[in-house]
Amino acid sequence: MDERNITFMFYGLAVAWGLLALYAVLLGLRERDLTKQLETLRRMVEEKK
Amino acid sequence: MRTKVILGLGAVALPLLLRNLYVIMFLVPDEMEQGPIYRIFFYHLPAFLVAAVGYLTAMVASVMYLVKKDQKYDAIAVAATETALAFAAVNLVTGMIWGRIIWGIWWAWDPRLTWALISWLVYFGYLMLRSAIDDPTERAKNSAVLSIFGSASVAVTWKAIEWWRTQHPGPVLSIRTGGVQKIDPMMENMIYVNFLALLLLGVIFMLVRLRQEEAQREIDALRRYAHAMN
Repeated sequence: MDERNITFMFYGLAVAWGLLALYAVLLGLRERDLTKQLETLRRMVEEKK
Repeated sequence: MRTKVILGLGAVALPLLLRNLYVIMFLVPDEMEQGPIYRIFFYHLPAFLVAAVGYLTAMVASVMYLVKKDQKYDAIAVAATETALAFAAVNLVTGMIWGRIIWGIWWAWDPRLTWALISWLVYFGYLMLRSAIDDPTERAKNSAVLSIFGSASVAVTWKAIEWWRTQHPGPVLSIRTGGVQKIDPMMENMIYVNFLALLLLGVIFMLVRLRQEEAQREIDALRRYAHAMN
């Protein structure tokens, strides 16, 4: 069996997991950013009331 | 409540994904002609199925938005679309890696691959369109129309391997071949089990993204309120 066959299998599995992990990280970063924004705005609105 | 659902789904999905990875790597035998590379298939096909579920969810939510004019459906549509794009990217890239070994090329402009790429670009355009429109009602209406039209490209992608003689392999799942067993039952079962694991992961992504969309809407409303107070 061609050695590249098994190497590319690892690439394929790594890419599948990697892309999903990357999306999960991006979601996490966006979540953190939105939470921060929301807290700041809530505090600002409360202070203005 | 939603956080508990997300954590609960995660508690099921993560062990299942890891168990599946172990089975795919060490327990399923090599395919006779393709060798180890065919294991990519256990992610390639389920990722496509999860993406198709996401696109379909977005289409149904878009129709619901146009009928009910409720922003909740627009939020569901964008959450489903973004999740579907992530899984469709897995489908496209793993397919290219498989093709490099089996076909000797990274890409072939055959109907299945081309339509899969067109679908990805249409829904990527959907996200771009959303970011270009400030008014929430206009944004929801225009993107709902695009999502509904875009679903036609998903249907063509799905049927491409039946309508045209493609370089891409034809249907292999017995539910699509009228019960004819085209691959070993153990392999077919593994596809379904990994589809379930990836689908659970997709639902988690979608619920998180939906929560973010709702947070974004609250941020926009608070900004408008703060602006009006000045």
